[in-house]
Amino acid sequence: MTQVTKLEQLYGREGISPGHLACQGCGALVAVRQILLAAEPPFIVVSPTSCLEVVTSQYPYTAWRVPWVHVAFENAAAVASGVEAALRVLERKGRGRRQKVLVIAGDGGTYDIGLQALSGALERGHSLLYVCYDNEAYMNTGIQRSAATPLNAITTTTPRGKPEPKKDIIAIVAAHNIPYAATASPHLWKDLANKVRKAMSIEGPKFLHVLAPCPRGWRYDPKHTIKIARLAVETRVFPIYEVENGKYRLNYVTARPRPVEEYLATQERFAHLLKPENRHLLEEFKKMVEERWQRLLELATSSVKT
Amino acid sequence: MNSLKQTVLMTGDEAVAYAVKQSDVDFISAYPITPQTIIVERLSEYVASGQVDAAFVPVESEHSALSACVGASLCGARVFTSTSSQGLALMHEIMYVASGLRCPIVMAVANRALSAPINIHGDHSDIMGSRDSGWVQIFCESPQEAYHYTIQAFRLAEHSEVLLPVAVNLDGFTVSHSSEPVETLSDEEVKNYLPHLPRPRLDYGSPHTFGVLALPTHYFEFKLEQAKALENAGAVVGEVVKTYPEPSGALRKFTVDGESGRVVVVGMGGAMGTVRHLVLNMGLEFFTLISVRMFSPFPGRELVEYLSDAEAIIVMDRAMSPGMASPPLASNIKSVLYDEGVRTPVVSVVYGLGGREPTTSMVRGLLNKVRSRVEAGSVKSHVLYLGAGGELR
Repeated sequence: MTQVTKLEQLYGREGISPGHLACQGCGALVAVRQILLAAEPPFIVVSPTSCLEVVTSQYPYTAWRVPWVHVAFENAAAVASGVEAALRVLERKGRGRRQKVLVIAGDGGTYDIGLQALSGALERGHSLLYVCYDNEAYMNTGIQRSAATPLNAITTTTPRGKPEPKKDIIAIVAAHNIPYAATASPHLWKDLANKVRKAMSIEGPKFLHVLAPCPRGWRYDPKHTIKIARLAVETRVFPIYEVENGKYRLNYVTARPRPVEEYLATQERFAHLLKPENRHLLEEFKKMVEERWQRLLELATSSVKT
Repeated sequence: MNSLKQTVLMTGDEAVAYAVKQSDVDFISAYPITPQTIIVERLSEYVASGQVDAAFVPVESEHSALSACVGASLCGARVFTSTSSQGLALMHEIMYVASGLRCPIVMAVANRALSAPINIHGDHSDIMGSRDSGWVQIFCESPQEAYHYTIQAFRLAEHSEVLLPVAVNLDGFTVSHSSEPVETLSDEEVKNYLPHLPRPRLDYGSPHTFGVLALPTHYFEFKLEQAKALENAGAVVGEVVKTYPEPSGALRKFTVDGESGRVVVVGMGGAMGTVRHLVLNMGLEFFTLISVRMFSPFPGRELVEYLSDAEAIIVMDRAMSPGMASPPLASNIKSVLYDEGVRTPVVSVVYGLGGREPTTSMVRGLLNKVRSRVEAGSVKSHVLYLGAGGELR
């Protein structure tokens, strides 16, 4: 497998056509475009109910130039299990051919309502790549909190900020002993493309967690999507790493991370954290970021030792 | 493997599994629940031993079972699942998607009561909860019928004018777990009866979008098209069963015992055997039995011919519709009668909830009571609960 270093190394077929209905600056659509350009054909895409589903499939139009199916909210991994297992049999019986299976789901459909189906598919070992594009809340229904919403972030159902930290989805999927799990960000497009390629070259269940800034939900000017994705990584709020056969590896390490406040200041959902009276909330957030980074360092170091 | 036509002692569950085995399915996904479990146990054995070349996906819930079936069906696979009761209730959401996406999935439902209180025994509450999900719904009286109807269900589901899922219902325990000699077709006969036909599918070579968002401008038309397809199932069933290799096992919308009885009894499922036995004994000049096999699409117009001359109609429902005017079958029968201007009194009988099987003495008592009222000219429409303290209203 050759490493992608130039745009022309991506596959030619755009999976999503222009004219889709996503908001300006939608991080999810930027990420999905990159993923579909990196994915090796032939493949089939399965999505649960999500922003992605709503903005790409409004009848009588479709933005999908690749085969795509949406069934419901909580079951993308189960639908994908059916697709994967059926194609295998149909090829054997001479009535079809195997094609790679790609799930592209939001954080609600992954962390919350879809977690059972996801766990089932991972445990059964279906060969598929499950991508969670994470915009950190239920954006489609109007910015309600999900288990992926960060600590202290304001959503329409956490008007004073979310008291609980984000669920560690990579630890959850890695605990299924799957061969590959990773995080990625659309601003590091080569890293994202190579992770898609690598994951799709491996048999068995794979998981990719992609940060997807959302101008409407995070409340920022749409032109800042890529900048905010970059800040999330450079402040260590969203670490970039992978877990391959149980071994953790950090893919983006900087000796001098930028201050967390720089990331928080870009988005109104965190605006209250920067007020003097909420200093304790800011400290709590920073502590959480630092502790998670240290834990990842330990996991990565112990992975190297073994 | 090409076994000869033979008669085998089988339960309803085993008969369904054997029919599925012969139907060259490509994909099976299910989750264990009583009284359906034997079906998937047998099928997993058939798959493990290579007697069926199919994927067997043992998922983590019924919701995922039907979801996986939808995914597989959209790849062009012939798909089977089965469930009961709470499992069917959990599938409810995806039942509407399966019919909306026009997936010709066949599902056996070993009908069982719904919680609470929890109860593993037979009644039709489970499937009636999904009555309006747009599936073809077939009811079996016996393991023999379960065998024949399962095979024909695939042909009906996959008919190009239909392309809808089919639920094959067998009463929990009284049919699912009762053994009787079942006459089977040869593998070759079933194979020839069930060719694999092409239909739109997920494939990178010709990308289709399945599961779109439809706004008020289009949603209504989608649902009308789907309803038309369900009606088509009623129109093409004659053609579908014509070539079935065993004419005595051909799926019929309903059967009629007797012709011009003064009282017509209408019901569905395993208990109709008990009713038939009594009706035959008590005299067909007084009683006619209509056993409905195809509940959806409902064969209303065809039924009217047998109902319009009756002095009273007894409709036996194995499900309740609390708070509604009538339980499901009685509601359909009354609608049909109203449309035809027939004002015959309907005695609506709810029976068998949670496995309280209607015994011969219970049914005899019911028939005698209605007969005496008819003879006295005092029969009126009312509801009664057989073997459960009589009349609520």
